Amino acid sequence: MTDVSLNAPEYDATFGDFWALLKPRVMTLVVFTAFVGLLAAPGSLHPVEAFCAVLFIAMGGGAAGALNMWWESDLDAVMKRTQKRPIPSGRVTRDAALALGVALAGFSVVMLGLATNWAAAGWLAFTIFFYAVIYTMWLKRSTPQNIVIGGAAGAFPPLVGWVAATGSVSLEAVLMFALIFLWTPPHFWALALFTRMDYDNAQVPMLTVTHGRPATRKHILVYTIILSVFALAAAFVGLGGIVYLITAIVCTVIFMRDAIRISKRDEVVAEADGYAVEKAFFKFSLLYLALLFGAILIGSLIGPLGMFGGWL
Amino acid sequence: MSFAKQSDLHQRRQGRNTAVALCLVGLMVLLVTLSLVKLRNAGPVEGFDHVVRPALEGQGS
Repeated sequence: MTDVSLNAPEYDATFGDFWALLKPRVMTLVVFTAFVGLLAAPGSLHPVEAFCAVLFIAMGGGAAGALNMWWESDLDAVMKRTQKRPIPSGRVTRDAALALGVALAGFSVVMLGLATNWAAAGWLAFTIFFYAVIYTMWLKRSTPQNIVIGGAAGAFPPLVGWVAATGSVSLEAVLMFALIFLWTPPHFWALALFTRMDYDNAQVPMLTVTHGRPATRKHILVYTIILSVFALAAAFVGLGGIVYLITAIVCTVIFMRDAIRISKRDEVVAEADGYAVEKAFFKFSLLYLALLFGAILIGSLIGPLGMFGGWL
Repeated sequence: MSFAKQSDLHQRRQGRNTAVALCLVGLMVLLVTLSLVKLRNAGPVEGFDHVVRPALEGQGS
């Protein structure tokens, strides 16, 4: 080693690099759905407690994201979509990511317990464990159903929000969980259809790789049908009232239409138009979930006022 | 290179340290506020002040 290399400053990670480890875009979904779960619940929390609950749930989600990036840095390095993440690009070390993930996980769980209740803290701890260990370390690389299992991890935040407000799990909370759980597979399989090379290179047993693309198209349709049933059923258990019901019907019709179109296409047609339908389905899926949870939020806000949320 | 001129490395560290400091201050303010809310919601606690104080018992919410 020369004097030059001894004196040369190494890259020092910025705050933004550590922030990127927490997967801020995923955290946005976590914050939004946890907030909806918390507000839709019949229990009442002081605004400061509610703010703390959402903050610590988001922090727990961020911790899971950091642990995911720590474990998957080898995969991220070979996928174009993830090559610029902090660890594969050399901006943050794996040890630093692990330390951040573990510290935030412990802190968020304890603080959620102190701010709200220990049942919510337990659910948050289980969510982090499920995403970081069961999904990331164990099942993602061993089963083509990895996306289905991963979807469960992302589906917990509204349930944790609900438990933070009420102290227990109920049918409404389970249905909100089911919405995200069933929405995740078609959302990611559509992505996998038009980012084929990435998953092939990373040797991730994505459904498109193990079962082929025609089977993936059928899976998208089946999961969308099941999702539609749950999305409509949620309206009849008091979630969001008429506002939610109308939103769910309109969104489900559009989502189903696109899923049917995907199931009827083959690779030749898809490649000819640059996977236009698959990309449109993927983009609308983001809007679909946002609209459903937005409707639950609006319904729970206007419901107590005796307006449409309470079914007139 | 002059010592007075900050290198990129120092600028990055300063930015990171400032952001961490702001996060910690924000967290402290939040935790103090949360504690005050919890105490306010807890109601009178003197009846349970280490020794039994019969005069205060039954006065809580």
